[in-house]
Amino acid sequence: MARVGVFVCFCGANIADFVDVPKVIEETKKIREVKYAIEYKYMCSDPGQQMIRDAIVQQKLTSVVVAACSPRMHEKTFRKALSDAGMNPYLLEVANIREHSSWVHQKDKKAATDKAADLIRMAVAKSIANEQLHEISVPVTKRALVIGGGIAGIQAALDIADARIPVTLIEKSPSIGGRMAQLDETFPTLDCSQCILTPKMVDVASHPYIELIPYSEVIELTGYVGNYKAKIRKKASYVNFSNCTGCGACWLKCPVKVPNEYNMNIDKRKAIYTPFPQAVPNKPVIDAEHCTMLLKGKCGICAKVCEKGAIDFKMQDEVIEREIGAVVIATGYDLWDPKPYEEYGVGRFKDIITSLEFERMVSANGPSGGLPLRPSDGKVPKNVVFIKCIGSRDESKGIEYCSKICCMYTAKHVVLLHHKVHDSHAYVFYMDIRAAGKGYEEFVKKAQVDTAATYLRGRVSKIYKKGDKLMVRGEDAQIGQVVEVEADLVVLATAITAPKDNPALARLLGVSYDKYGFMSEAHPKLRPVETAKAGIFLAGCTQAPKDIPDTVAQASACAAKVCGLFAGDTMKKDPMISKVNTEFCSGCLNCIQVCPYQAIVEEEIPMGHGSKEMRTVSKINEGVCQGCGSCVAICRSMAISLAGFTDPQIINEIVAI
Amino acid sequence: METQIKETQGNVVSIENPGIVAPANWQPVIMGILCNWCSYAGSDLTGTSRTQYPPNIRIIRVPCSSRVDPWFIIKSLQTTADGVLVSGCHPGDCHYIAGNYYARRRFLVIKKLLNFVGYHENRVQFSWVSAAEGPKFAKVVQKVTDDIKKLGPLHKYKKENLK
Repeated sequence: MARVGVFVCFCGANIADFVDVPKVIEETKKIREVKYAIEYKYMCSDPGQQMIRDAIVQQKLTSVVVAACSPRMHEKTFRKALSDAGMNPYLLEVANIREHSSWVHQKDKKAATDKAADLIRMAVAKSIANEQLHEISVPVTKRALVIGGGIAGIQAALDIADARIPVTLIEKSPSIGGRMAQLDETFPTLDCSQCILTPKMVDVASHPYIELIPYSEVIELTGYVGNYKAKIRKKASYVNFSNCTGCGACWLKCPVKVPNEYNMNIDKRKAIYTPFPQAVPNKPVIDAEHCTMLLKGKCGICAKVCEKGAIDFKMQDEVIEREIGAVVIATGYDLWDPKPYEEYGVGRFKDIITSLEFERMVSANGPSGGLPLRPSDGKVPKNVVFIKCIGSRDESKGIEYCSKICCMYTAKHVVLLHHKVHDSHAYVFYMDIRAAGKGYEEFVKKAQVDTAATYLRGRVSKIYKKGDKLMVRGEDAQIGQVVEVEADLVVLATAITAPKDNPALARLLGVSYDKYGFMSEAHPKLRPVETAKAGIFLAGCTQAPKDIPDTVAQASACAAKVCGLFAGDTMKKDPMISKVNTEFCSGCLNCIQVCPYQAIVEEEIPMGHGSKEMRTVSKINEGVCQGCGSCVAICRSMAISLAGFTDPQIINEIVAI
Repeated sequence: METQIKETQGNVVSIENPGIVAPANWQPVIMGILCNWCSYAGSDLTGTSRTQYPPNIRIIRVPCSSRVDPWFIIKSLQTTADGVLVSGCHPGDCHYIAGNYYARRRFLVIKKLLNFVGYHENRVQFSWVSAAEGPKFAKVVQKVTDDIKKLGPLHKYKKENLK
């Protein structure tokens, strides 16, 4: 026989003023199972909790109902009081008589009192069906997988590894470094990007807790938080890295020339190449799409010149497996293709370039040794027009969002242009200058003053050719007139977009992504680092456009989250999850379809004891289940129950009043 | 189905059973089944902001609107309730990624079925209330209560009346 104790809180005057508490107690005592009912001014205070603890022991209660504020407020407090008294904390039910009664029916005391009594009846009925639940502990594999070796992935990997947690860092290209390695200088301090990045890259390669796997990608992720298993494909590099010394003889002699992605295709690289001289690891790979030996079986010069015999044309892709506990996604960004801007002559006029192309040109290790040159005739430009918001904030041609960094890097480009070509003049067409960030506004102001650049507020409507110059026609909205600028070079600040592989990767990892392809965080404000899938975190532009400081901050936040997850040998998990009763399960597997977390799998069990015939049933992985209850409602044979919200509990509530 | 309100000397008549007249001080009971993360939090906000609404609703907390088995609705109508309100997160905002979409589909079907067996369509209602929409929750409850009050007491298929 159930012995329920009911504890009604006055909440000072919050409840007592609008609900007749003695009447509620009187009504509550009429319930058969209620053996003890008492009121107190503040149930959540220590004396209040002590009343509960004492009553549990003295009255030999089998479950407890606290009628007070919302369970979202103090459920944890009262659960703790129960466990302190030696009772299972999940035998508690909270009747929400404050938010759901006294506060919302302040003009009708009788109705509020009746409702409070009803809510208590429901909670008592539910609590009778409550079961003892125990926190689930899940073992943890203490190794993190970081996907992407840009600054986000590098920072996350280093921070996790510094906490002496092993990290596997994978990067799809032959070297880590990512977009930041392509930058010349960084705003707002004009630090040389390579100077601050390459030491970190070297740290990654030499860190005892980091396993760096370049030229690879994830192809499968199974398991659940703390217990993932990743399959990683190491793409065939055709170079045996353990023999290769990175001497460079092979790429010097290679006769095949291929557009160089690192330099935005401005110059050429070889078919056997390292992306850039400071690459980590500094070992070349053979580009199988262009190597004539691999395509036609002719050439093989690299193999002949390699003294170490490191070239292996028979190398195959290799799939390796790693057991990991957490994943950090740091796949970075792509740039928007400005082709839709036909009125600018994109594609027709050679002297219209994107800002990353400009960045490569002015970079000290760039194709032109740090001098911007007109692609058409190789001359140094004097008048350069920068156009911002190409694709960004443009619903008709591009995307709706602001790419966040373009205002800043354009100001930086204005400064760099001024440094490299002293007698040049920059014109900047902008919509707004968004320079929110430490030192950012000052940087833009200083750039405008130091370079005497002409900032024009307005959109460019057309670019046409006049001789060897480009005429840029736009509006200066501040004087309300159409202006025309004669330009030697036009630089388009193209938008940041999500990497085109992001949706496929997101589906593979089981995380969600938004309509643009950016990975979705669990909560836009309060959980900006986690994904909805436990144990998978986001760093950098894979989540949304952001600059380097924000990216590094988010990467370190990911590391903190990973370290927190790995702080113990096991993880504690809320026991309110679903469970299959295989006796009733008919094996229809509808539950698998509705489970948003892929927590349910098929299982073969014997038909009966000792039977050799097998039948299919569902099995819920308690590490993955988040307890939404979708499977419970879909289950035709009522084989699944959700702890804490079982059918008997809810039906009891319904019929109680 | 068109609502035709019948009154006998100021008392409401059950729309499904015109022979049943509500007592003078009759108040309907509405079972509100709310998801924990949006609608229940929204109803809490209604409380903290002291927005007043009719006291007819009795609230049951479930983790997600997809946990709501049609059985709960039918059981409520069979036993204690004159109407049922189910509320979840807005489409796209589900705490459990997609639970409210399953719920939405399920309720379309259950509503049609209930209609078919003779319940008025306003007996069971469905809404989206986010954790920030305290005033909206009060409005929804007001509307549902008003609707049910017009429909009169639910007599049909009440277990005690089935012989």
